[in-house]
Amino acid sequence: MNINLTLIGQTISFLLFVWFCKKFVWPPMVNAMQERQNQIADGLAAAEKGQEAQNVAEKEAAELISQAKTQAAEIIASAEKRGNAVVDEAKTTATSEKERIVASALTEVEQEVHTAREQLRTQVSSIAVAAASKIADKEIDEAAHAGLIDDLVKQLKAS
Amino acid sequence: MASENGELTGAGYINHHLTNLTYGQLPDGSWGFAHGAEEAASMGFMAIHVDSMAWALALGVIMFWVMRSVAKNFSSDKPSKVQCFVEALFDMAQDSKDSTFTKQAKNEWIAPMALTIFVWVFFMNLMDLVPVDWIPELAAFLGVGYMKIVPSTDVNVALGMALAVFIMILYYSLKIKGPVGFTKELALQPFGKYLIPFNLVLELVGLLAKPLSLGLRLFGNMYAGELIFILIAMMYSAGLGLGVLGGVAQLGWAIFHILVITLQAYIFMMLTIVYLSQAHEHH
Repeated sequence: MNINLTLIGQTISFLLFVWFCKKFVWPPMVNAMQERQNQIADGLAAAEKGQEAQNVAEKEAAELISQAKTQAAEIIASAEKRGNAVVDEAKTTATSEKERIVASALTEVEQEVHTAREQLRTQVSSIAVAAASKIADKEIDEAAHAGLIDDLVKQLKAS
Repeated sequence: MASENGELTGAGYINHHLTNLTYGQLPDGSWGFAHGAEEAASMGFMAIHVDSMAWALALGVIMFWVMRSVAKNFSSDKPSKVQCFVEALFDMAQDSKDSTFTKQAKNEWIAPMALTIFVWVFFMNLMDLVPVDWIPELAAFLGVGYMKIVPSTDVNVALGMALAVFIMILYYSLKIKGPVGFTKELALQPFGKYLIPFNLVLELVGLLAKPLSLGLRLFGNMYAGELIFILIAMMYSAGLGLGVLGGVAQLGWAIFHILVITLQAYIFMMLTIVYLSQAHEHH
C-alpha cells in the first residue's frame, strides 16, 4: 500500500503504451479491417450486379425462345401452304396434260378413221370397178368412166 | 510457505503475499531490495515496485506483440481465431468511443487508448487467476523474496493509470475549452457567479474525484479479490476437509472472478472515455 515511484512509472508506461498503440498497432489493423469491409461491400455489389445481369439474360433468352417458336410456327404454316400449292399446281398441270393427251389422241383417232375411210373408199371403188367390169364382161376404160364410178361411190357414201 | 512460521502462519503468509518486491534506499543508506513490508514502507516515495512494473510492462508487450502480429498477418478471407478475437476488441473500443463521443468531437486518440486500457487492464487482472502460490514459490526458489504478480492489485499501478487519465482530462479540457473556458466551467457552475468560491470547491472536488475513484475502484476490486484467493489458499494447509473445501471455493471464486476482471477492465475503459468526452464538451 506504499505510494512510491511505481505510480509515476506506471503513468509513463501507460502514456507510452497509448502512444505506441495509436502509432503502430491501431492503424494497420483498422486499415485492414476497413479494406475488408470495402471488399465485402464490393463483392456483394458485384454479386447483385451478376444477379441482375442473369435476370436480364434469362429474360432475353425467354424472348428469343418465344420468337423462335413463332418463327418456326410461321415457317411450318407457310411450308404447308406451299406444299398444298405445289400439289394443286401438279393436279392442274396433270389435268391439262391429260386433256391435251386425250385431245391429241382423239384427233389422231379421227385422222386414222378418216384415212381408213379414204382407203376403204378407194378400195371399194376399185372393187366396184372390178365387179362392174366383170359384170359387163368387157374392159371399161377407168379413165373414161371415172365420173360414173365417182357417182357410184357418192351413192355408196350416201347410203 | 504456510508452515514456516508456526503460529504466525496466517498473518505472515498474507503479509508475504501482499508485499511487493521493492527496490529503494535501505535503512543503512545503501540501495537494494527491501527485506520485508516494514522496510519497504520506510523507503518512502523514492522506491519502485519492481515486480508490478515488470509484470505490467511484460503483459503490455505481450499484448502489443499479439496485436501487431495479427495486424501483420491480417487475412481478409481466412481470418484466424485470434484475428477474429482481436478484431472484436478493436470494434468494441471503436464502438465504445463512438457511442459516447458526439460526432463533432473528433479525436483519433480515444479509441486506441480505450483499446490499450481494456486489454492491458484485462491482462493485468487476469494474472489474478494464476494460483497465488505458483509464481511466488518459483521466485522464492530462484532467490527472489517477494513477488506480487497481479499489477492491478498494486495501488500505484491503478492510480498511476488514473493519473495518466487525469493528465489527459486536463490536457483536453484546456485544449478544447481554453484556459478561460475551463476556469469558467469550474467557477460558474452549478450556482452561478455569486457563489464562485463554493462552486470552485465543489467542481475541484468533483474533478479530483474522477481519477481517484477511477483508480481506487480498480485497485479495491482487484485487491479484495486477491485477498480472498490468498485466504482460500490458506485452507489447503488446514487439513483434508478444509483443503477440499478450499479447492471448491477457489474454483468458484475464480469463475466468478472471470466476470470481475473483465468488468473492471471494461469499467475503467468506459469511465475513461466518458471523462474524456466530458472534457471535449462545451457548455
